[in-house]
Amino acid sequence: MASNPYFSLAVLFVAALGFGLTPLGLAWLWGKVFSPAKPNAIKNAIYECGLESKGDAWVQFRSAYYLYAIIFLIFDVEAVFLLPFAVAFTGLGVSACLAMLVFVLLLVEGLAWAWAKGVLTWA
Amino acid sequence: MAFEEGLKIELGKQGVIVTSLQELYNWGRRSSVWPMQFGLACCAIEMIATTMARYDMARFGAEIFRPSPRQADMMIISGTVTKKMAPQVVRLYNQMAEPKYVIAMGACAISGGPFKQGYNVLKGIDRYIPVDVHIPGCPPRPEALLQALITLQKKIDGQPLTGEGRPRFLDAEAQGEFPVPEQGEHDLEPPSNPAVWPVPLTINK
Repeated sequence: MASNPYFSLAVLFVAALGFGLTPLGLAWLWGKVFSPAKPNAIKNAIYECGLESKGDAWVQFRSAYYLYAIIFLIFDVEAVFLLPFAVAFTGLGVSACLAMLVFVLLLVEGLAWAWAKGVLTWA
Repeated sequence: MAFEEGLKIELGKQGVIVTSLQELYNWGRRSSVWPMQFGLACCAIEMIATTMARYDMARFGAEIFRPSPRQADMMIISGTVTKKMAPQVVRLYNQMAEPKYVIAMGACAISGGPFKQGYNVLKGIDRYIPVDVHIPGCPPRPEALLQALITLQKKIDGQPLTGEGRPRFLDAEAQGEFPVPEQGEHDLEPPSNPAVWPVPLTINK
């Protein structure tokens, strides 16, 4: 086993894991054994900047917000991919160009969808 | 176990460091007092200045301002506490983890300051929560806040872990809840917490 070329890596991995987990475990143990817990209703309440929380914290967001997500993908995330695509365009193979085309077309479809929904018109 | 102070100094001269568990524990506590990140009024500007490079609160281990009461050790009441704000301040103090300390910064936090006669200003936060250090000033200079922090560190250093005079968090009997006042018709209800602030006797002649 020790002759395996990856043996030293495994030892380092275990050491790294222990380095991270030991302080966490010790902190947990310290909290369990020594921490002076004085729980009460106010202390255990949901923290809301000092105000009393109203209703349930597990609220659902309206699904209509997906339009914002689409617009964000088209105008923000797409630009991040388009720039390196344009820079490396001359040296690209057919498969890379096709993959990029599919990606752009998918987003164009999203743009058409958002446009038809009237998201792009203000006021 | 107690040991003689003279013996400790003598051993220190010979290069032997002797300490007690209490000193070690308190040294650790006083060297990492994390304040809560919240400001109430103009004193907060001085508090911010104290944390910056010129005054550098980090020298005393108190630079990590926590945005949540769950992670904070110290509350700096930096400014005027209005009656609208007082319930929130008391609730935040309640939500802090033990052990917790309070510095009342400036004239307003101590007594209401120049707004003492105002109908909407709380006349001192110590009516609801126990204050450890008061700093006078309007507003206090950053040096004064550092002085308050050093005073608090000295107080933490002197706290015994057992027996009489031990802090609240080590006393299993002591309760840790401080009632949050509510907005009444004319004033906060109750107007003060008798457990932390005995109402002074007024004698009308």
